[in-house]
Amino acid sequence: MPTQLRSADVVVVGLGAAGGVAVQPLAAAGLDVVGLEAGTWLDRRDFAPDEIRNNYRDWPMLVKKAELERPTSRATSDQTANRIGAHPMMNAVGGTTLHYWAQSWRLNPWDFQVVSQTTQRYGASRIPRGSTVEDWPFGYEELEPFYDRVEHEIGVSGQAGNIRGQLDPRGNRFEGPRERAYPMPALRWTAFNERMAQAAKGLGWHPFPGPAAINSTAYQGRPGCGYHGFCNKGGCPLDAKNSPYLTTIPKAIDTGNLRVITRAHVTTIAVDANGRTTGVNYVVGNDEYFQPARVVLIASYTYENVRLLLLSKSRAYPDGLSNNHGQVGRHYFSHHQGAGVGALLPYDTGAWYGLPAQGVAIDDFADDNFDHSDVDFIGGGNLWAMSDRRPISAANMGTYGRTRNWGSGWKRFIRENADRTHSFYIQKTTLPYEDNYLDLDPQFTDPLGFPVIRITGQYKENELALAAFTQDKAEEWYRAIGATEITRGGLGNQMGASTHAYGGTRMGDDAETNVVDRFGFSHEAPNLGVLGASVMGTSGARNPTLTSQALAWRTAQHLVDHWGDIAD
Amino acid sequence: MADEPRNRPKISRRDLLKSAGAAGAAALIPGRAAADAPSAAPPASAPAAVAPAGPLMNLTAQETELLSAMVDRLIPSDDMGPGALEAGALRYIDRALSEAESDSVEAYRIGLAALDRYSRYSRGAPFSELSDRDKDSVLIDVQLGGATGAGVGFVGSSGAFFNMVKSHTWQGTFGDPMYGGNVNFIGWDILGYPGVRMRVSEDDQRQMEAGQLPPARRSAYDFGQFQVGGGED
Repeated sequence: MPTQLRSADVVVVGLGAAGGVAVQPLAAAGLDVVGLEAGTWLDRRDFAPDEIRNNYRDWPMLVKKAELERPTSRATSDQTANRIGAHPMMNAVGGTTLHYWAQSWRLNPWDFQVVSQTTQRYGASRIPRGSTVEDWPFGYEELEPFYDRVEHEIGVSGQAGNIRGQLDPRGNRFEGPRERAYPMPALRWTAFNERMAQAAKGLGWHPFPGPAAINSTAYQGRPGCGYHGFCNKGGCPLDAKNSPYLTTIPKAIDTGNLRVITRAHVTTIAVDANGRTTGVNYVVGNDEYFQPARVVLIASYTYENVRLLLLSKSRAYPDGLSNNHGQVGRHYFSHHQGAGVGALLPYDTGAWYGLPAQGVAIDDFADDNFDHSDVDFIGGGNLWAMSDRRPISAANMGTYGRTRNWGSGWKRFIRENADRTHSFYIQKTTLPYEDNYLDLDPQFTDPLGFPVIRITGQYKENELALAAFTQDKAEEWYRAIGATEITRGGLGNQMGASTHAYGGTRMGDDAETNVVDRFGFSHEAPNLGVLGASVMGTSGARNPTLTSQALAWRTAQHLVDHWGDIAD
Repeated sequence: MADEPRNRPKISRRDLLKSAGAAGAAALIPGRAAADAPSAAPPASAPAAVAPAGPLMNLTAQETELLSAMVDRLIPSDDMGPGALEAGALRYIDRALSEAESDSVEAYRIGLAALDRYSRYSRGAPFSELSDRDKDSVLIDVQLGGATGAGVGFVGSSGAFFNMVKSHTWQGTFGDPMYGGNVNFIGWDILGYPGVRMRVSEDDQRQMEAGQLPPARRSAYDFGQFQVGGGED
């Protein structure tokens, strides 16, 4: 029998990007909150700028729950799924925000209204066949105050492009109106960044620095970025990367209302005969516990959120918690971040002390920021020209057919070219489709014997067409800065496990097609909330973290404001 | 805030200096690594090919000789300066096989034996005794997965073995010296990487862009905050 623990008001499963934010408004409101985290605390003394450890060996993680649960994947439902590659996420207090790139974008207004905007401008026939995309249940303006709050609580640097309708050409003219500027200026640019921005202007485009949850100046008692160059899958040894483990979680602990339990591996969510959640079961090593709570918020990664619901079967929910409409796992998609473009340049780029969040963005070809009348897709891509180079990865660069990749010829090549490559990161609109989904794998299990998630998914015509379109734009940009070699990646096919995984517990007003309501609470189990990108129905052309954090804050605030209705 | 034992590599600055001192021996020709302390200008004369390393913990003398010969061709010592052997890539691999890459010991054993068999079978001599040119042509076969034939004995594609050794050689040449490789920052000098710094000012960045920033020549673990019981740097 599991040890019965003292009941809490709220139990939050997972203290990563989303759960780590939600605990602050909950604890500040005086609710008794228990945060269950599978990983442990790490801190800046663990974050040596060491490429071998960060990028080639295990991180300093002590718990590898995600890794042992890594999903299988296949393109279509008539195939057998394989389990290849590592899990893209990590377990720790703060989760993957410890070592992520920290790009902290707001979605653009179009992303909330893909169906209605497309229909209005181009006609309903332009919604790709087989897509299950819906408008969000609210628009950008509803989320704006929460974006604003999180940007200031976490600390996001950036250049505003639209403050209350007032456009600033230094920022993104396509962003939705924001109430005020970012709390910190954008990260600095290198000479190469400046060169790329000038070239983009020459093409008639609108370059601007991207937003990052990284201090560009001292903020909230922590220093500005040191630009040490190991930010890509590296923790920050200066505490300048603004993970919830440094910001919202300590603020919640300081209220005295948050208890953090590390190494807590949640196995199932319990429900009563009426279908209300009563708490969660978890294990620490070989010890089993039951944490009763009046409200359960799940905030693990998309794969784990969906898996936890599907594994929590009961009389009230025979096919998994909150799955009586068969929507858990549906509307899943991995963000289309592939189909990159790379180049060799005839000059050094000075990228050794860069970071993936430092660079030049072009939004002219994202979302509906250009006329789609004459193209055969909707949406688009954000072109991101970043600074990121580390020694081993530089030495592993492609040789563009000029030499084999070892030997004296290679040594001569790398001496000349180690700092002369560049590659674009192009995030693209990705849509949900009726035959792309998550379910439980029939064959592979974790060490406890529970099935892992199976991804069934492939990119469709819309994703491939816009990938080719954005590659053309990237090539144009590279030609403008004098690239001597340009390579293009494949347009994409099967969806694998992704660092940007959306859907599976989609948010929407219609309980027939969505798992959670417009505030993030289950349509079926009213005291169950879901946090994270698993509630997002569209991706936009940019990183999901800030949006999932704004949504998490909003769900937590809604719970505080309607505590009696939801908890009783 | 840490609530568990720290999983930090257990080294101290003294260990690091000790291991850097041992690099002379590991670099196979005594005094060689020091003599080749890299500078902007590569040494004028090309050093001769180097002898096999002393005993490694995880490989036999014969396996070590084979691996040494292979690593020496991957990043050779040549008129541009020292290569992977001088950088201590063998020692890096040997240590890795005791720790993070311990699952790969058998793959090395089997792969090195197959490399030698393929060399004898296709070129009529043990790999270590081939000319540089013939070694390279064997390695091209191995890399492209073409090192096949009755009884050669690669498990799966020979290319997988090649890629494993290449990957570890690159880590041992271009990774942090704490792991036993990149002796005297030989690898970072090949790349022109100006080294580990915790704070890079705008002025440092401009100097680097102008080619004027002197290399830092430090391991990450020279910074006090990453050592057990270490303080701030």
